[in-house]
Amino acid sequence: MPGEYAFNWAAIAIAAVFGFGGVGSFFLISRILAPRRASTLTAIAYECGILPTGEGNTRYNVRYYLFALFFLIFAVETVFLFPWAFVFLDLPPAAFYSMIIFLVVLFFGLVYAWRKGVLSWR
Amino acid sequence: MTLLDLITIAVIVFVLFNGVLTVVLGVIWAERKALARLQQRVGPSRTGPSGILQTAADAVKLMLKEDVRPGSVNRLIFYLAPLLIFTPIFMLWMVLPFSSGLILSDLDIGLFYVVAILGLSVVGHVLAGWASNNKYALLGSARNAAQLISYELPLVFAVLAVGLLAQTATDRPFSLAGIVEAQGGVPYLLIMPLGFALFLVGALAETARIPFDIPHAEEEIVGGAFVEYSGIRWGVFFLTEYAGLATMAFLAAILFLGGWNGPFSDQFPPLQPLYLILKISAIILLVFWIRAPLPRLRIDQLMAFAWKLAIPASLVNLVVVATVVYAQQRNDWELWLAGGIISVVSIALAVVTGFIIQRRREQRLNQFRQRWAQ
Repeated sequence: MPGEYAFNWAAIAIAAVFGFGGVGSFFLISRILAPRRASTLTAIAYECGILPTGEGNTRYNVRYYLFALFFLIFAVETVFLFPWAFVFLDLPPAAFYSMIIFLVVLFFGLVYAWRKGVLSWR
Repeated sequence: MTLLDLITIAVIVFVLFNGVLTVVLGVIWAERKALARLQQRVGPSRTGPSGILQTAADAVKLMLKEDVRPGSVNRLIFYLAPLLIFTPIFMLWMVLPFSSGLILSDLDIGLFYVVAILGLSVVGHVLAGWASNNKYALLGSARNAAQLISYELPLVFAVLAVGLLAQTATDRPFSLAGIVEAQGGVPYLLIMPLGFALFLVGALAETARIPFDIPHAEEEIVGGAFVEYSGIRWGVFFLTEYAGLATMAFLAAILFLGGWNGPFSDQFPPLQPLYLILKISAIILLVFWIRAPLPRLRIDQLMAFAWKLAIPASLVNLVVVATVVYAQQRNDWELWLAGGIISVVSIALAVVTGFIIQRRREQRLNQFRQRWAQ
């Protein structure tokens, strides 16, 4: 039903508005009620009481980036999996098993990366 | 779609928003009480009967606290990040069914919606860490991003397996209400225990609960992405964490514990929300119980568990469920036979996974023993 469709998604759009608006209203109330005494000391980045050294945006391990790349591959896989899962009972066996083969290929991709040592933190 | 519809939706959403806030206040109080009981303390006891108003008092205190903002932060993103963290979690509550008739927007692709919106919350964490211009915050947000994306995969595969399984019993297998109706006879916890275990571990990691609270890690990076936040902005991070816990428990109850199904739930519909609340509370208490005795994992252990164990296990689980359901529909097997096969394979996989963890643990212990013997 088109009416129900519009109703469902309107609810989600209104929820997004209420999420932003509700949390924003907390900030507004806090801004009105809370004291504000800006000083040079509270304006410094917090590093456990010691004066901060170097840049705030520091370097960190490149592994995080590799894992993000991996996630991208598997996330694309889930994007393919969901439409398949919607219709998989009506598919002919060839179409069904080609998805399984796709999963197996991806699994071996993971095994390859594992053997290459990408998944271990050294 | 009329103006009246819009006003109705707005009122319901407003009620739900306040409902989520109340649930969070209750869950925080319950956690403090439960943890206190597990550690032989009393817990909050002064504010109201059994300290039940303690979290409300904390919220008021956070409202009245000064909002300290360092000069070096990126202002726009810094202010935007708490909003971006909370809103996706709140948007999930629109599609959650409270009973067979009580659901705001019953999407046909509710399962896909849940997975998609769940992935959004990582953006807010990364933005918060980056905008803070603080080393600890940056490290915390990097850890948070790595953890969220790694554990999203086993979670998604377990959820997808539920959708596949539901196709045997309902014609709306990807709507959350349809999944609950499909579990009228047997909850999927009994058919797919491995899926439930993976979902639970993924949910713990997604909400950064102990033993997966590496992104916060108070002893090393003093709170992670929200080091620089204070007052109510910090409170929103906390609120989101507990709202996420309640949402995940809700999803686990719907997807694996049979939702509102229970004895006489069809004859007396008012019983349905009661059963649902009981199941959600049981899962939340299980999470508190997991928190009490366990230490925090290291980041390499965390990632190794996700990529070397949880993702392969969930992939195998998915393939087995798909194949058995497909064969059952093609060859007209009995339903109990298909369910039995899946459950036997699932239990076997869970045992193998546990065996691998145990063997690895003994290897590590032996390494330590040899090192200390020298």
